[in-house]
Order: sequence, then structure tokens, then C-alpha cells
Amino acid sequence: MRLDYPPNVKIVRVPCTGKVDLLHILKAFEEGVDGVYVAGCLEGECHFLRGNLRAKKRVMHVKRILTALGINPERLQMYNLSAAMGGRFAEIAQEMTEKVRALGPSPIKTGKGREFVEGQGEEKGQ
Amino acid sequence: MIVAEAKPIADIVAMIDRYDKIILAGCKACVAVCAAGGEKEVGILASAITLARKRDGRAIEIREVTLERQCDPEYVEQIRGFAGDYQAILSIACGVGVQYMAEHYKAIPALPGLNTSFMGGSLEQGVWSERCQGCGTCILHLTGGICPVTRCSKSLFNGPCGGSSGGKCEVDKEIECGWQLIIDRLKALGEFESRFAEIFPLKDWSTSRDGGQRKIVREDLKQ
Repeated sequence: MRLDYPPNVKIVRVPCTGKVDLLHILKAFEEGVDGVYVAGCLEGECHFLRGNLRAKKRVMHVKRILTALGINPERLQMYNLSAAMGGRFAEIAQEMTEKVRALGPSPIKTGKGREFVEGQGEEKGQ
Repeated sequence: MIVAEAKPIADIVAMIDRYDKIILAGCKACVAVCAAGGEKEVGILASAITLARKRDGRAIEIREVTLERQCDPEYVEQIRGFAGDYQAILSIACGVGVQYMAEHYKAIPALPGLNTSFMGGSLEQGVWSERCQGCGTCILHLTGGICPVTRCSKSLFNGPCGGSSGGKCEVDKEIECGWQLIIDRLKALGEFESRFAEIFPLKDWSTSRDGGQRKIVREDLKQ
């Protein structure tokens, strides 16, 4: 296929999204990344039955932590696609890059305080 | 086990706002089993606090430790060597652990990262339920192994009350009537006739919280 996708996407390979831990995601944000997405298999098609469903719950949990910390939870996403969907993979990488670019640099990196207030769903002070 | 749950992260961040160098202490006993204050939760909370501080452009140094137990002096003493280098101890043990930290390290504040909830067990992964209120005088042998102090919303000893309907409690339709559970269990055991006719005398609550802080001294073990 030789599809292009944005070079800013760094891939961390895991055997199954069920291996993805809360800390893996939190540490990535700690390091200063602007966004994280977890790419799992299609729901119902997990080789380990529930790996991607576990990942989905963990992603939701980290989203709640980010929200409580005033970091836009949109910076974290979960996508489901199969290993045969190369085109979709490149498309998601593009989509996520655009989404995160629109949100701007992570406040963890800039140190400029909360960017998100729960309930309002809007960026504060912008 | 003692079941606890994490305080809201925003509350914890506000609690430690004045400190830049803290010890975050977990406990490998009950709170680790109920996924609130074990080694894993220490890592997650440390990361969340670090994120909150970086967000505001303020650095914080967190020393992560997870003790075998925070309710025994010998384990609490394990951080003696470096405790003095820090401004506060944020403990995610139960309330006992936090108080032990406070008693052992008098020069620095001990802060609670959890809300200690109850004594109970797990129903399934991620779900815990209360079973004991530590009243100090167990009567489970008389009530089919179901505790009226805990399971009856009113802690009645001669239930059920008029608020029991269809096996549910009037306090909340999601709560099972403790006395209905007791009656059903006694019937299943064939003990209903003999047990239920008995009137429980007034309970002596002095062995419970009403008697003040409790203490057990075992002379055979004491040194």
C-alpha cells in the first residue's frame, strides 16, 4: 500500500490493547505529548476476547482523569480497526493529528494552566 | 478487608498545593486489594499529580513508596531514613495508615488520599459491598450468618420493620431488606422457628463506637 501518514505519530506496539495500562497513557502525557490514541481491533473481534473492551474502559478512565485535571479529554481517543485496514489506519493518523493540532500544544508542556473546564466543554481563557 | 476509594484528584491536588516535595505512600494490604491504594494506584496518582503541576508550570518531587502495611509500626518506620527530606506524606492507605504516619512522623503533615469507606468484601471485580460495622459483639450465629447491624439500614435487632416491602428496604429500593435475608436464610437452615421467636434484648453498644476508642490487649502476645 505504501500509504503516507503524519510523521509526528509515534507508534508504541503492544501485543493487544488489553495490555495498555492507565500509566502508559498518563506517562505519555507527562512526557509532554499533545495527544494519544489507542488503536485496537474491532469490537467483538478481539483475539483475546475482551482486550479491546478493557482498553476502552481504561481510555474512558484516563479521559476522566484528564478532565479533572483541566486537560481537554479530546486529546485522548480510542479507535477500532482491523489489521487489514491500512487505509483507515493512515486516515485515523491524519484525523487525530488534525484534531490535536486544532487543540494546540498540551498545557502539560506549556504550563499555562487549565485548558478545559468540566461541564462547559470549552477552552477557558482563550 | 477495609474498603476505600480515591478522593477526587482535584481535592488531592488542592490539598498538596503548598508542598513541592512529598512522599506518596501506598499500602499493600486491604486498600491494594480493593484497588484504591496499592503500588499501582501510587503510580497512577503520582502521574496525575505530576500532570496537574506541570499544567501549572510548577514542579513537584514525589517519592513513591508502597509499604507492606501502614498499620504496623515496623513497616511505617521503613521510611524513617528519608521522611525528613520531604514536606508532607500523602498516604493512600486507609484512615488507620494516615494516622500511623501522622503519629510516627510528627514534624511533617500526613494527608489522606482516600476516603475510607467500610469493612466489606468484593462481589465481583470492581464491586465491593459492606458486611461488618465492627460492633464488638458478634451475633452472626443467631441471624443465619447475616449481620443485622450492617444489612438492616436501621441496624434493628428485632426486624423487619414496616418499611420492608418485597424484600427491599424503604431507605432505597436497591437495598435488600437485611431482615428478609435473615428470615430466608434461617428458613433454609431450618432454624426459623427456634430463632425468630426469640426477642433480642437491648444491645450493649459500649463495645461499639459508643464506648469510645477501642483497644485490645493480648497479654499472651504482649511483650
